[in-house]
Amino acid sequence: MSDSAEQLSRTPLFDLHLSLGARMVPFAGYEMPVQYPLGVMKEHLHTRAHAGLFDVSHMGQVELHGAEAAAALETLVPVDVIGLPAGKQRYALFTNDEGGILDDLMIFNTGSYLHLVVNAACKAQDIAHLKAKIGSRCEIRVRDDLALLALQGPGAEAALASIAKDVANIPQSFMQGGRVLLAGIDCLVTRSGYTGEDGFEISVPNAQCEALAKALLAAPNVQPIGLGARDSLRLEAGLCLYGHDLDTATTPVEAALTWAIQKVRRTGGARAGGFPGANVILAQLDDPSKVKRKRVGIKPEGRAPIREGVELQNEQGQKIGVVTSGGFAPSVNAPIVMGYVDTTYASTGTKINALLRGNGASVMVAAMPFAPHRYKR
Amino acid sequence: MTTRYTEDHEYIKLDGDIGTVGITHFAQDKLGDLVYVEQPKIGKALKQGDDAAIIESVKAAAEAKAPVDGEVLEVNQAIVDDPSLVNSDPENAGWFFKIKLADKAQFDALMDEAAYKKLIG
Repeated sequence: MSDSAEQLSRTPLFDLHLSLGARMVPFAGYEMPVQYPLGVMKEHLHTRAHAGLFDVSHMGQVELHGAEAAAALETLVPVDVIGLPAGKQRYALFTNDEGGILDDLMIFNTGSYLHLVVNAACKAQDIAHLKAKIGSRCEIRVRDDLALLALQGPGAEAALASIAKDVANIPQSFMQGGRVLLAGIDCLVTRSGYTGEDGFEISVPNAQCEALAKALLAAPNVQPIGLGARDSLRLEAGLCLYGHDLDTATTPVEAALTWAIQKVRRTGGARAGGFPGANVILAQLDDPSKVKRKRVGIKPEGRAPIREGVELQNEQGQKIGVVTSGGFAPSVNAPIVMGYVDTTYASTGTKINALLRGNGASVMVAAMPFAPHRYKR
Repeated sequence: MTTRYTEDHEYIKLDGDIGTVGITHFAQDKLGDLVYVEQPKIGKALKQGDDAAIIESVKAAAEAKAPVDGEVLEVNQAIVDDPSLVNSDPENAGWFFKIKLADKAQFDALMDEAAYKKLIG
């Protein structure tokens, strides 16, 4: 089946992408910009040095309304939602009965409802899951009328301030949010993103998205950035991509995402368990010997990029894992890798091999992130 | 000097019985920023269509194939040291390797510039 046989969706910025010279590719059912004329390498470096604007409107936005919304959502995620203060955002995971990950998502508490952002490729399934499991306890509003922009990089705050009516309304630290009037448009802004940089995600009505994007691109040193650089930026930041580094057969503990499971949901906590797969996930948290494999960072010794699907071996040539994300890291100026290895080999500094074109390439388990996070705390 | 092209977007420029091989501007543009090149060994005997050099861009892995049968005489170390040369000047400074042709008829059978331009539209 060819791509043209599929009906691809377009974001409200489709025409703008074309006018900016973007190269469009099919991604998660959408026609999305993979790069602009600047190219992946320069777009990546520009974001780390200045500010980049990303169209992430393909992602799903869903609101949960009602007094029981937080309690209901806690039955689907191993995360403290009830304790999430108004104006704060938190990373979460939908789990399945086996403890695997159905999707990763962001939850923002507006003070009157919960605003969820889920992955494009999973959104239909996530919405069905929410409706089936908690649809009777809260009102689920799918916000197809909203687009999403990410503004990332050390220059993001200045760029946002240049079009904000009242800069005092701009969220002041990482994972905070609120409503801000930008270029005359009422937006929901959170100080977050997926590049490891300081920055913002801006939820804006579809009809006003292009005007907002143009206003942001008119700010000094803001460049449009495509999916290619978005991927290399998130990999350098050690962040997982669902469907690659996370899937239904991988638990949050194996994925080294235990930081996302607050104490209150763990064994001994006030609201321990009560989410799908809690028996598996809590058992792994309580007894690390039950964790057979773990997500780790890996640095190749050579210059050749090592990509998703490459087998990882011990020095005896036995398979001990697999690469789930890999590529060249422009800010590190070297290839970097994320993958899963048997727990025995998961310590930083462990020397292993990657089976590259039939040969064992020397690699080493390395600490993540590969590029330091620069969130504003 | 005559230049011929392959359907895999390599070019070969012939000087006597020595061909200079690289990838076309079209190919480097499709691949995006190159980050790694692995050259064939000098003296290696290649058959037409063999994978000769390994190319990695920020987006994908690819190969430069041998456009004709022959022996590798020389490789361009400059593109190993700085793969971005292939992006900035693919058909001059960004050449890959020189090959001693075994059979000039193979070269003559490749596409000329007009045919290659038609191929890439």
